[in-house]
Formats: sequence, C-alpha cells, structure tokens
Amino acid sequence: MQELRKERLDRGVKVRSESIYAISSLKEIMFIIGPGLLLAALLLILPLFVSSYWQGVLKITGVYVLLAIGFGFLANYVGLVSLGGALFVGVGGYLSGGLNYFFDLPMIVTIPIAAVGGALICTILLLPALPLRGVYFAIVTLVYPMALSRIIVATGAFRGTDGLPGLERFPVGIGPIYLIFIVILICLYLLSRLVNYEDFGLVLRGVKDNELSIKASALHLTWYKIQAVFIAAFMGCFAGAYLTHLYGWVGTSLLAQDFSILPVAAAVVGGPGTIFGPLVGAFILVPISEAMRDYGTLRIVFYAIILVIFVVFWTEGILDYLKRKYEQFEHWVEM
Amino acid sequence: MNDESILKVKNVSKSFSGVQAVDDISFELSKGDVLGIIGPNGSGKTTLINLITGFLKQDKGTVVYNGEDISKWMPHKIADAGLVRTFQFMRPYHTLPAYKNLIPPLYSKRASRTGLGNLGDRDAVAIDILEDIGFERDTRVPFKLAGTLPLGYLKRLELGRCIALKPELIICDEVFSGLSMSEIVSMVPLMERLQEEGITLIMVEHRLRELFRVANRVIVLSFGKKIFEGFPEEVFEDEKVKEAYFGGEDTYVFK
Repeated sequence: MQELRKERLDRGVKVRSESIYAISSLKEIMFIIGPGLLLAALLLILPLFVSSYWQGVLKITGVYVLLAIGFGFLANYVGLVSLGGALFVGVGGYLSGGLNYFFDLPMIVTIPIAAVGGALICTILLLPALPLRGVYFAIVTLVYPMALSRIIVATGAFRGTDGLPGLERFPVGIGPIYLIFIVILICLYLLSRLVNYEDFGLVLRGVKDNELSIKASALHLTWYKIQAVFIAAFMGCFAGAYLTHLYGWVGTSLLAQDFSILPVAAAVVGGPGTIFGPLVGAFILVPISEAMRDYGTLRIVFYAIILVIFVVFWTEGILDYLKRKYEQFEHWVEM
Repeated sequence: MNDESILKVKNVSKSFSGVQAVDDISFELSKGDVLGIIGPNGSGKTTLINLITGFLKQDKGTVVYNGEDISKWMPHKIADAGLVRTFQFMRPYHTLPAYKNLIPPLYSKRASRTGLGNLGDRDAVAIDILEDIGFERDTRVPFKLAGTLPLGYLKRLELGRCIALKPELIICDEVFSGLSMSEIVSMVPLMERLQEEGITLIMVEHRLRELFRVANRVIVLSFGKKIFEGFPEEVFEDEKVKEAYFGGEDTYVFK
C-alpha cells in the first residue's frame, strides 16, 4: 500500500521565519492584516444586530474577554499562570466604586484611576509572589481575592457584605458595549504588536521559555515580570471598574472565583498560540453559559464537559487550528 | 600575561545541607587568560561557576571582579558588568527563532552602552553575530525555531548570547560536551578567536585534549577542593590529580 504523509508549506508572503514577511501587493497586505480587520469589524457591527437582552450579555462577555486576554498574555507569553482575575476585578471595582461613593467623583474620572491605580495595587500585592513559577504563583493569585473578600466581610470595610449601592451607572443602550469593545480592540492590537514585533515582547517570551537565560543576559527578571503583571492587571482592573458602573453597585461578589476560572477555560478553548485565542474562547463560553441559565447549576456540568473535550482531544484550541489552516497549505505527498 | 587581574576568587565555600560542594577555593585570573577547570563528576565545577556569576550565594569568601566585590550582586548585574556565562544544559528560548534568541541580551542596558544594541535594527546585529559564530546566513538555520536546532548549534547559540553582551570574561560550562568530534573541531577555532579578541575565558570541560589546545592554565577540583593549579602539561604528572581521576595506590585495579 502506498503511504502518504501530510506536508505543510507556509503561504508565499511568509518568508523564513515568523514576523518576517515579503509584501508586494495590496492582496498580500490584506492577507496579513485581514483577520484583524475582520475581527474588529465583527466586534463593532455585532452590537447593532442583537436584542437588548443579548446586549447585556455582550457587556459581561466584554468583561470576561479582557480578563481572558490578560490571562492568556501572562500564561502563554510570560509564563505566569495567574488566577488573579478576581483580584483584578475586585481591586478595580472597589477602587472605582469607593472613589465614586465616598468622594463623589464621576465615573469618567474613577474608571481611569481605578484601571491605573488598581493595576499598581495588584502588582504590588503580587510582588512577593513573582519569583514563583507555575502552580505556586497560581495559588498565591487565587488566595488573594478569597482573603480580601473575607477581610471586607469581617472588618465591614466598604460596608462589608452590603456593599456600596447607588453608584453612578452607565446610560442604557449600546454606548457601554462600544466602550468595552473599543478598549478590547486597543488592548488586542497593542498586545499582539508587543509579543510579535517588539523587542520588549521578545524578552517577555524569553522569560517564559527560560528565566535563567534572561538573568544571564544582564536583564532584571523581576522587573520584566512586574511590567507584564501590570499590563494584565490594568486590563482586569478596567474590567472591574466597568462592571461596577454597569451595575451601580460594588460588593464582595466582585471577588468571586468566576472571574479567575472562566478566563482559564476561555484560554484553553481559544488556544495558546495567539493573543486572540482567549477572546474567541470567551465569546463562545460566556454566551453559552448565559443561554443555559435556565438549567441552573447543571450548566457547570456542561461547561466542564466542554473543557475536558478541549483539554483531552483538542489541546491546540480553536484559533490555533484556524491560524494553521490560514497560514499554511496542506497536501498529501508520497513517503 | 600577568599585567592586570580581572577576577579574584578568595576562599569561596558553599555547602548544600551538609555536603561541602565548594570548599575554600581561591584563584586569580589575569586579562586574556584562558583558564581550564577540570575535575571528576560532582567535584563542584558548576557550583563554582554559579557562585562566581551570582546564581548561588556563597557561604564564605569573596569574588572580586575588576576590583569590585561582586559576591552579593544579582546575576543580571554581574552579567551587566561584563562577566557572562553559558549553561551546561542549554537554555535557548525554544519558541523563538534562533536569531531572536539574541534579542534579550541586545535589549539589555549593557548592549546599549557597548553600542551593539543601539544600531537601530537589533535583528540585523543578531544575524551578524550568529554568522560570526557559524550560523550560515543564507541558509534557513538562523531563522529556525531554537527548539528544533541540533545540539552543536545550541552550544553556539549559548556562546552567541554571551558575545552579544560584548563581555570581558566568559565562563563556558562544558561547551564541548555532547558534541560530535567534527563539531568540537569546528568549535575550537571559535574559542581561540574569542581569546584573540582579548576576552578572558574560563572553560569547564571534560574534553581535555581540546581544552588543553586553548587553555594556558588549569585548575583541578576534587570533592569541592582545589587539588592542582598549573600549566596543562603538568596536570597528569601530579599525584593528587592521578588519585582523583584514577583512584589511589591502594585502590584495587582489575587486570
């Protein structure tokens, strides 16, 4: 019997290595920037065509997308497995909510302050854990939100379990969707530039591959980790502040584990090879979770099944698969 | 070659939970020297390197580099001062193409001081350096993922990472080990060229014949102690060295 094997060839514009392209026509430019433009167009058009209920879902999805992108960036490009989604959301949310409640600042001020200030606070909180790797770092990031929520309940800070009510809320309509979607698009653009084309991003990827070599290359390892955590925390804290002003309320539910766990699932479903993967994962998982709201806690089971299927049978993830199909010819050749 | 001392190791000791890995070792190195460090497995060679380059902290003793006490410096600061090392177990950034492996050192402050990292396009500098150390520019080799390169290239890549920092002193941890004869033969001229460029070298090695072609002084370690220091030609005349490598007189020898 004749034996065949699958041969994969890079398409013409890609020469020699990732991030080196030979471009000679508009068509080839479109080949490279096309997928990004398509994604941007989809995100910007989508809110116009859904019912107001699903518009609400899109806002929540946006929050999870930001967390998932942050998780994917840290885990796949810096080697820090962070379960700190809840920490970021909680700190960002309480900061913007607190500023609005106690100092009466408008949200146009509180959201930027919460994003930057919250990211600073989270980075400082995580500073002692930065020398840790893998599961140890994950555990520390997981413990922080739990501890913070207990502290808030026990001490009654920020009005304890009651939370801070009556905060300024976003106006109804599709405006808030565009706010978070545009932030998502900016983050995606900057991050994918960073990890693919910037030398700083290459150093971060070096941190993931090999910390000792980074040290031996005269680079301050912890400083690079600090910057990476700040970037992810910035996105997470913005998401938290956004959520606060979406509900007009801040409480310990902002420190719930959902914000830590779902981004992990989204990153697994989307695939580890791109910055965009976690976005795709979140856009699949959050609406599914929403559509299954009628089944109550059973949806967790459904969720778990999806996750297991991806982890066991399709570790590549959706977007990595699509990327491979897009960038390479495949054909069968005789062995 | 005794004009200027570049590295002074004074009474350095390190123990791991009771095991004395490095025991009171002292030596001195002048600019342009090539020092070979040899010794049986487990004699503390790699630990000594880790102590000098700051990856481990010594229990006792000091390391003086260019007149400064670097014993308490962090590894990146030591590398920033021009004292760099390779790793025995190659540590490339395996998800990056080979030439991108040189971007982190070229991104460092030292590279912008020495001018290598300032030339605008770090990629071009990286490919130039790789070509210098035996990556053929016109092939795909410099552009392959580092994780897919054969061992010989990985060893060169380790050296390339050091060279990108324009070092004054390179500590090579077994750059010849695991290579085929032909690969070693092509590595030796590279080491000789580094020496001609005025870079001081410390080479930890098991391949003695090739080492002795390059080294002008040798230190022998055994169980963490320095048992010999001198010229390569004298090494195997020394009784203690013979004992460390082949066993003492009362050792039973199978015939």
